[in-house]
Amino acid sequence: MSVAPAEVQRPETYEEVVPDTPWVTIVWNDPVNLMSYVTYVFQHVFGYSKRKAEKLMLDVHQKGRAVVSSGTRESMERDVEVLHGYGLWATVSHDK
Amino acid sequence: MSFRRKRGAGDSDEAGEALNGFRGVRGGGATATFVPSQAGIIRSLVSQIAELVGAEPGTLETGTGEPGQAGPGLTDDAFTGRAPDRPAPGATAPDSASAGRPPDPLDDLARLLGQSGPATPPDDPVLARLLPDAYREDTEAAGDFRRFTEQELRNGKAAAARTVLATLPEEGGRVRLSDEEAQVWLRALNDVRLALGVRLSITADFEARVADLDPADPRSAYMWIYDWLTFLQETLVRALW
Repeated sequence: MSVAPAEVQRPETYEEVVPDTPWVTIVWNDPVNLMSYVTYVFQHVFGYSKRKAEKLMLDVHQKGRAVVSSGTRESMERDVEVLHGYGLWATVSHDK
Repeated sequence: MSFRRKRGAGDSDEAGEALNGFRGVRGGGATATFVPSQAGIIRSLVSQIAELVGAEPGTLETGTGEPGQAGPGLTDDAFTGRAPDRPAPGATAPDSASAGRPPDPLDDLARLLGQSGPATPPDDPVLARLLPDAYREDTEAAGDFRRFTEQELRNGKAAAARTVLATLPEEGGRVRLSDEEAQVWLRALNDVRLALGVRLSITADFEARVADLDPADPRSAYMWIYDWLTFLQETLVRALW
């Protein structure tokens, strides 16, 4: 299992200039993907803890969708590409 | 999403060990035992995925097992309705001239430049599920993304299918997968389940539908196969955790 990437903490100051509104990767619920598999993929692709991966999986399952990562548009497109490789139904979206 | 509660009647009773699915092995990876009919089913289905996503003719080592080995109804094409061994529409005929055809350098160049891919989602609902849009409400962005990434996604899925074919003998037996191979198997099994899920219109009430299905219904065999593959994938995830 890969190690969780260090999370980049955005400094919490009001002076901070946010260069762009964040882009997000959304995973949508579908009736085929297994709950265990989806959790495994979140852990494996993003390096999330099992706890975090399970929470996201349950969000997808119960709410129909969940934001699984956020960042630049380019990195979200990379995430979606990887998730499509795993057969998850993922899209890029511009968070407002 | 779905989960697999317990082993069911679809898990084959042909060999005790083949009932158990995958288990983890010390040092990483996973192992499972397959009887020939199970190996035939998996090989047939992953071959169809590879064909569907457009594996180059001649690069795919398809199973040549006896028709009876492939399981009920599996001599037909599960996903496209076409007979196996026939090329996909638009594919190069697998004759002797094309079978050993070296890759066209212009194809590689086009791929490198990202100009080879289509901008619209596939018409076929199975392919559309395997190669989904990356943007939900922005068709232009979805088209751009697809143009640059779809071929690579297809290649990855075809490669995963080939890994399964290379590691699962036609005659079945004990399969020992490295950690890397096991992860590829997870993706390949998932692609097969996604494809069957579209063709069988799998919904969240799958278990109730299986219970209600008339055994004479031609979809019945595929429902059981789908259920067995679900079990197999579940055991593989747990073996790798």
